[in-house]
Amino acid sequence: MAEPEATGLSKDRLLELYRQLATIREFEERINVEVNAGRLASFYHLSSGQEANAVGVCAHLDNPADTIVSNHRGHGHCIARGADVQAMMKELCGSSEGLCKGRGGTMHIADIDRGLLGANGVVGGGPPIAVGAALANKLRGDGGVSVVFLGDGAVNEGAVFEAMNMAVVLSVPAVFVIEDNKYGEFTTGAYMTGTGDLRARTESFGLGVTEVDGTDLFAVHEAAGSVIDHARRGNGPAGLICHAPRFHGHFTGDPEDYRPEGEAAEARRDSDCIKIFRARVLATGQLTPDDLAAVDGAVTEAIDAAVAAAAAAPRPDPVDVAADVYVSY
Amino acid sequence: MPVKDMRTAINEALRQEMEADESVFCIGEDLVGGFGTDCGKDQGNAGSFGVTAGLYSQFGGKRIMDTPISEAAIIGAAAGAALVGMRPVAEIMFADFVTLCMDPLVNQMAKFRYMFGGKTTCPAVVRLPCGAIPGSGAGPHHSQTIYALMTAIPGLKVVIPSNAYDAKGLLVSAIRDDDPVLYFEPKALYTESCDVPDEPYAIPLGEAAMPREGDDVTVVAFGAMVPAAIAAIDSLATEGITCDLVDPRTTSPLDEEVILESVEATGRLVVVDESPPRCGLTADIAALAADKAFWSLQAPVKQVTAPHAPTPFATELELAHIPSPERITQAIREVLA
Repeated sequence: MAEPEATGLSKDRLLELYRQLATIREFEERINVEVNAGRLASFYHLSSGQEANAVGVCAHLDNPADTIVSNHRGHGHCIARGADVQAMMKELCGSSEGLCKGRGGTMHIADIDRGLLGANGVVGGGPPIAVGAALANKLRGDGGVSVVFLGDGAVNEGAVFEAMNMAVVLSVPAVFVIEDNKYGEFTTGAYMTGTGDLRARTESFGLGVTEVDGTDLFAVHEAAGSVIDHARRGNGPAGLICHAPRFHGHFTGDPEDYRPEGEAAEARRDSDCIKIFRARVLATGQLTPDDLAAVDGAVTEAIDAAVAAAAAAPRPDPVDVAADVYVSY
Repeated sequence: MPVKDMRTAINEALRQEMEADESVFCIGEDLVGGFGTDCGKDQGNAGSFGVTAGLYSQFGGKRIMDTPISEAAIIGAAAGAALVGMRPVAEIMFADFVTLCMDPLVNQMAKFRYMFGGKTTCPAVVRLPCGAIPGSGAGPHHSQTIYALMTAIPGLKVVIPSNAYDAKGLLVSAIRDDDPVLYFEPKALYTESCDVPDEPYAIPLGEAAMPREGDDVTVVAFGAMVPAAIAAIDSLATEGITCDLVDPRTTSPLDEEVILESVEATGRLVVVDESPPRCGLTADIAALAADKAFWSLQAPVKQVTAPHAPTPFATELELAHIPSPERITQAIREVLA
């Protein structure tokens, strides 16, 4: 019998983290199925393979004043932040019962009451917003932090440079989580980021940076804990770089002609954060195969229910096309 | 009633709203103009135009702060802070620089409420000193109005005061408003004075003013062109020609009713703006009249604008660019011919 201290997390906590990982994976994979079957019409940026980044970071956001700002590949962040998967799935279908009444869709999932300030359709659009939310945390002295998830492609956007610098200058509790999946859309980070060194790039703004293997939830969880704690204690912003592969293309339907043959399959085989999590907790004996199977069953049921509910959910009324542009006009 | 210039009126609105509501704060480049220096004074230049003078002494660095020269981060931060309930008043030093923060304005704060299903508010104000100061030679990057571009964006409100009294009341409303408001300050009017009450007062957004009333022609003018139109109209009054002058004060929302009522009464319309003509405010108002008051029109609508050219440096060129009272007078005569 291995030592329970091996992961430093209680059984309940592990079960919850696993539930989140499995929910994101099932959510994303089911969207892919639905798209391929022609039942979903839009294009969706799936985060399979990157689940541990979202889960490991959001696990530390326990202050009601904490916020996250997500990006186009944002389903995982939203689920890890506690967004309701049925309301999300309805939004992805464009239902009026969706989280955003069918107006935002996949790239604009937001749930302000849960501190989810929106996924974002603009690469690099999120970091300045997170700096503002973090500035609000600082001005109010509420102990909250604002975490923004950005990809390795976004680090070449000028707005990201401005946001990182201003976060340092104003010393706000913003945390920049850079998810390095090696691709910015169809082009590699190695090609498009001068020096190719994300860490040096980020540190050059004066941010302390921690770099971590994003396929290891425990590593992400631990590193994110320190980084978020640093910001929460009023020491200014910080950066976290998580390396984890993207199992799918840039979006559903991406022919992925740019990708070396077998790369994604290899990632699914050797660098799957869920497999790695399972192996770890089974090896330490903290969770049993039955524990994991019970979570898997519940997750499948929840996503089945979400897909069914979304398919049956009401459609928006065209008369509402221009509602809610303003509070008053 | 005390007489104050527009700069003072704006400063007073900022100060009184900051006093009334702790969530109001100012953010922008050089608003204090002394962060990071050791000049021995409690503030520096207070912005390029001195509009924020005295606010740092009264409220300190947590309520008014200098930022790096980073418009995207300033406006993005204002968007994020407003999304979580603060009331930031951000400044873009010259309206021309709005091009550097189009994403947070156009894609982010303008769309939050709509794309998040009506569940959010974004009570941010962006102050934008705009337009030419005739004879100042500010040149192509420091003279644009650019408010027409922003008026086209659903989700943004756009305010353009034309005098100190309106400037104060409209800014108070803008700060209290739960939608993002772009507040354009015609730089040419900063030193223009009129009666401005000391106490706070709010002028509703979306209500036009009518600084002149008459029978023969409707003139609609924006911002710095309102005083020019007044000069033109007053000069014609000596000849017995009288005009309605509509100052919309906000271009989004637009008070269509006041404009249309006036056009229906006079049957003649002149629209004046110091911006270039294409896809601009004058074309917008002309289209409004064509759509909704066509059968009242007795003459073609006249648009008085800058040419389709940037604002130039040399005084002769700059004065040729900005519509003059004489050009407005001529346009009024033409619609009466």
